[in-house]
Amino acid sequence: MKRTIEQYPKVYLYKRVVQAKLFIDSHYAENIELNNIADEAYFSKFHFIRLFKNIYGKTPHQYLTAVRIEKAIQLLRAGQTVSEACYAVGFESLSSFGSLFKRTVGVTPSAFLEEQQKMKVQIMNTPLMFVPGCFAYQHGWSENSNFEIVP
Amino acid sequence: MISKMTNMCVYVLNQDSAFDFYTNKLGFKVKMDVPMGANARWLTVTPPEQPELEITLFPVAVGRMFSEETVKLMTELISKGTFGPGVFSCTDIYATYEELKSKGVEFVKPPTKEFYGTEALFKDDSGNWFSLYQQ
Repeated sequence: MKRTIEQYPKVYLYKRVVQAKLFIDSHYAENIELNNIADEAYFSKFHFIRLFKNIYGKTPHQYLTAVRIEKAIQLLRAGQTVSEACYAVGFESLSSFGSLFKRTVGVTPSAFLEEQQKMKVQIMNTPLMFVPGCFAYQHGWSENSNFEIVP
Repeated sequence: MISKMTNMCVYVLNQDSAFDFYTNKLGFKVKMDVPMGANARWLTVTPPEQPELEITLFPVAVGRMFSEETVKLMTELISKGTFGPGVFSCTDIYATYEELKSKGVEFVKPPTKEFYGTEALFKDDSGNWFSLYQQ
């Protein structure tokens, strides 16, 4: 017999943990107190962390750090400086940002920024390097075209 | 011998709105966003944990590839949910369902236990539908 969503186990627990995750997604740049999130979710801190980790594979704190690093990547790609990105995503010190970034991404924020800038120049100069040939061909995009749509 | 799929294409009705849907709602990462003239961009996204599969969000627009008539036909077919380009897997389907629903994603089918696993169906902002699946 089919079971639908209405019957899935402990629906209210899921809703609270999901709300906590979404809270982190939108307030990552602020000084988030994870105890407060557990309180808002009406859980004991221990219970909350365990449920969160079961669902997302990371503790709330690990998840918050991952979101901050991901947002920093986006800001660096958009051309912000390392310190701008660091403070904009909620880190309080450049050194902890630098070491967490390197642990996650594999390179320092400044090396990442440099790579991105080089890539941007390459994209500007040779955009077709970044598009599979089949699509470029079907669209009539050639090395010398200006990418206008040709009916 | 073919070894892997690296790039697949989802036809979308509006690239800007698809960008918002796939990144902000589904949480996909942008891999390539290369301007291609005034009205087009080469836009690819990857599922959060599968950086090697690029999904190209390709606009249905009049050009060398699609005639005006084709665009009209494809727009109609995509809008009415004719195409189901693929299956996404997740580790916790109920949490994923709750999250996507709270972000306004339209579900055609809520998570339902089937003999092959638990599955839900949702639509993207153009009308393409996908299966969301947990083993």
